[in-house]
Amino acid sequence: MKWDEFIITGDPLILGAQISILISAIGAVFVLTYFKKWKWLWDEWITSVDHKKLGIMYILIAILMFFRGGIDALMMRTQLAAPNMTFLDSLHYNEIFTTHGTIMIIFMAMPFLIGLMNVVIPLQIGARDVAFPFLNNLSFWTFVIGMGLFNISFIIGGSPSAGWTSYMPLASNELNPGPGQNYYLLGLQISGIGTLATGINMMVTIFKMRAKGMKLMMMPMFTWTTLITSMIIVLAFPVLTIALAEMTFDRLFGTHFFNLTNGGMPMLWANLFWIWGHPEVYIVALPAFGIFSEIITTFSKKRLFGYNAMVYSIVAISVLSFLVWVHHFFTMGSGAVVNSFFSITTMAISIPTGVKIFNWLLTMHKGRITFSTPMLWSVAFIPNFVIGGVTGVMLAMAAADYQYHNTYFLVSHFHYVLIAATVFACFAGFIYWYPKMFGYKLNERIGKWFFWIFVAGFNICFFPQYFLGLDGMPRRIHIYGVEDGWFALNFISTVGAFIMGLAFIILVYNIYYSFRYSPRETTGDAWGGRTLEWATSSAIPPHYNFAKVPEVTAMDPYWDMKEKGIDPNKIDKYEKIHMPSNTAVPFVMGCFMFLAGFGLVFEWFWMGIVGAIGIFACMAYRSFDYNDGYYVSVEEIEETEKRAREAK
Amino acid sequence: MLKNGKSLKWLAFLALSLFLSGCGNMTVLDPKGPVAESQAWLIWFSIGFMLLIVLVVFILLTVILVKYREREDHKGYQPEIEGSHKLEIIWTIIPVIIVIILSVPTIMTIFELEEAPAATAHKEPVVVHATSVNWKWIFSYPEVGIETVNYLNIPTDRPILFKLTSADSMAALWIPQLGGQKYNMAGMETQLYLQANEVGTYAGRNANYTGEGFSEQKFDVVALEQGDFDAWVEETQSDAPELTQEEYDKLMVPGSSSEMTFSSTHLDWVDHSTDAEYAINAWERMGYEPLNPHSRAGKAYEMPALTQSDSGEIEGFESQAANE
Ligand code: HEM
Ligand SMILES: [Cu+2]
Ligand SMILES: [Cu+2]
Repeated sequence: MKWDEFIITGDPLILGAQISILISAIGAVFVLTYFKKWKWLWDEWITSVDHKKLGIMYILIAILMFFRGGIDALMMRTQLAAPNMTFLDSLHYNEIFTTHGTIMIIFMAMPFLIGLMNVVIPLQIGARDVAFPFLNNLSFWTFVIGMGLFNISFIIGGSPSAGWTSYMPLASNELNPGPGQNYYLLGLQISGIGTLATGINMMVTIFKMRAKGMKLMMMPMFTWTTLITSMIIVLAFPVLTIALAEMTFDRLFGTHFFNLTNGGMPMLWANLFWIWGHPEVYIVALPAFGIFSEIITTFSKKRLFGYNAMVYSIVAISVLSFLVWVHHFFTMGSGAVVNSFFSITTMAISIPTGVKIFNWLLTMHKGRITFSTPMLWSVAFIPNFVIGGVTGVMLAMAAADYQYHNTYFLVSHFHYVLIAATVFACFAGFIYWYPKMFGYKLNERIGKWFFWIFVAGFNICFFPQYFLGLDGMPRRIHIYGVEDGWFALNFISTVGAFIMGLAFIILVYNIYYSFRYSPRETTGDAWGGRTLEWATSSAIPPHYNFAKVPEVTAMDPYWDMKEKGIDPNKIDKYEKIHMPSNTAVPFVMGCFMFLAGFGLVFEWFWMGIVGAIGIFACMAYRSFDYNDGYYVSVEEIEETEKRAREAK
Repeated sequence: MLKNGKSLKWLAFLALSLFLSGCGNMTVLDPKGPVAESQAWLIWFSIGFMLLIVLVVFILLTVILVKYREREDHKGYQPEIEGSHKLEIIWTIIPVIIVIILSVPTIMTIFELEEAPAATAHKEPVVVHATSVNWKWIFSYPEVGIETVNYLNIPTDRPILFKLTSADSMAALWIPQLGGQKYNMAGMETQLYLQANEVGTYAGRNANYTGEGFSEQKFDVVALEQGDFDAWVEETQSDAPELTQEEYDKLMVPGSSSEMTFSSTHLDWVDHSTDAEYAINAWERMGYEPLNPHSRAGKAYEMPALTQSDSGEIEGFESQAANE
């Protein structure tokens, strides 16, 4: 391998990125050293098994990835702003839409939601931690390593450029030479392990660790959606794992699963990808539905309308989500019967989804609605998501889809769904649980600016794209001509994208501003919450969550306690609490995974083998590790609780 | 407030209708043949329903938000409502009915599009093999033994039966004003019926991403009166050069191409729908090797832009070695 295949040179944009990454890395090292924070970083965060801290780290990285994916989006929108632009060449544009799509879904949307789950779920069900705290830390590090590996591709070796769907044979060695596609395969593979483990972890946590008295049909809606999401993860991710492994074999070891030669079946990839890919859409949508349910009930001061129907409809959605994957390639010529079947199953998903929409509406009906920022996001979700939903039904009508497929109509549709549901929910949940995580609210006034500007920018950006699609503009093109007549709408769309960029800056400013000036939270119940996470103190509840786990006797248990005048923190006698110890093994294992992954990307097999040995060594070490945690003494609990009370 | 909200909504509705009336000019909703027409009809039909649904939800949402927002003289607060089976059944049934109403024409159209358009089904269709090669289109007319690159001539008022395949990446043949797209896949054949009812030139392209040259993989479709079409065929048969396999292999190397015309077809020696490896083997014959596009060697290699000389030779191809 020559050096010129290793470091990317000759592109001013990439050079700029390389320099700014270098400067921020040096800056971070300097700050940590200067303020003597290395040990703090290691003890309190890197090796922590506390679900709340892991959740916060997930969210932090998700926001970073939102920034990266957002910069990608702005670059694409700049290139498309006018006909015949030469801001990005074809290769660069292709790499950017591929990394944008992959990062937004795998390294932004999922970790953001998983972060919120991590922070909230154990608190919401009255548990002290997740079922497998060690595994939780390991999941986090595999995610970080996969994310890191994927992200360095644009400065070392070149990014993948076959689209986030990586269709074969386009993604094969013959049509996509160089390490780019390998980054995709290994980055997703490594982070996928973490996601799968999180799925199992959450499932077991919810099944086995609920507070006494909390029956399944009393669980908060975010817990329900997390449970169902985890089941989808456990069923769908193995398909991705296998498919990625097969393509990796094709590229590195010359097998022919999906190749053009020796009887490979490119279409098999498309099928496997979407058998995972469509459920994936619901992996990022269902938790969003859960978050909105929590927020809408809190700010309508009313219990959820049609709780049972809500549960049944998420179950129905999750089952149907495995039966619709062919709608991503109606145009493959599978025949009229197949297309008709998948048209109907796809449209059928709109039925339970519609039920949910009306139940949310009726939850607000006869409530006392207050428009704090989390509620604003949840309310905005409904109309925007409905636009995404009805255009989804239009896409489901296969005969019409032959005209929408691969166009901006589709691009607009999935952004309306992914942004209005997932991203709005991430923002809403982030703001809603912010006081739980950090002990103070984000500033509401700045938050409203952020909200209005983002929602406006979002619609200005994506609404015109429906019409571009109907005017025949295909997705993934990097250039168009004057004669195509797509200039005006594209220009508007780009303006909208930059308005969203502006909104993001306001969010970041709000985080800074609130850190400096927000009044600190004293009660632990910042919004008048209904569920158990509000029953313990903030900022960031003590590592054991509850001094004594409350007993649940009703739906919306904390609301119920408040109604009955019970103070869950009035405890006569504390008992010692068993907690898991911190661990450095996952971090070390992650480093070996990085080594192995990086080696395989460049086909340096010796390096892959070294990494693999390291990984197995960590597993062996862990197997002989008999540390099974420690007890928090009664004195320490008393001390901690007293401090929390005194803050009042 | 309520009044304001209402007039605002009417304004939005008006703006939307204006916007939609502009849709008539949009390619997909400006069909020039029976296939695109039935799809455009289906699209309008669904847009109608969708607007209705959107309207209902938007109005409900606005009314609820206005009526039940927290305020001094709040009325009707009922925090303990659990749900209502009656309502829930209603809003399960209504979507079910809507889905059924949408399914019927959808499925009818799906089946209809598998066949030649009903009005012209009695006519013999023109068979065209459309082969995608990175990043060009090759159209073969086996019945008359001619082949074109990057343009397509068809007669009006007759069904065109496309037999789609690809030499390499998966592409999609799409002529929006004549009808929806279908994939071209190496080692497979898919069929697509399209038809033009009006004489004219329509934009056609590859709609499925295939890498670097994808944005420019376009072609013009020229729909001619049957007589003019026959004249063109005859002229091509007598005047255009023959295509040899050696020349054809130049087309297999990734790159772009101008329009070309030949008086024979490549189907004589390869059918890509049964031979997925042809292009990759041709690369070897032509001395082309795929390289990391970021490496020096990869950057130095310019993808060929091919043209057809008067004598019929394909020009513009240089083997990679010549570039280094
Ligand atoms: C926030 C503002 C965003 C903007 C301005 C934006 C813009 C874009 C653009 C311009 C494309 C490329 C279209 C094309 O050339 O085909 C694209 C593709 C895509 N975006 Fe976004 N996007 C945004 C957010 C998101 C989010 C939040 C997600 C997911 C959660 C997302 C997921 C995707 C995916 C999956 C693709 C397809 C990539 C592919 O074709 O392989 N985007 N987006
Ligand atoms: Cu196929
Ligand atoms: Cu899908």
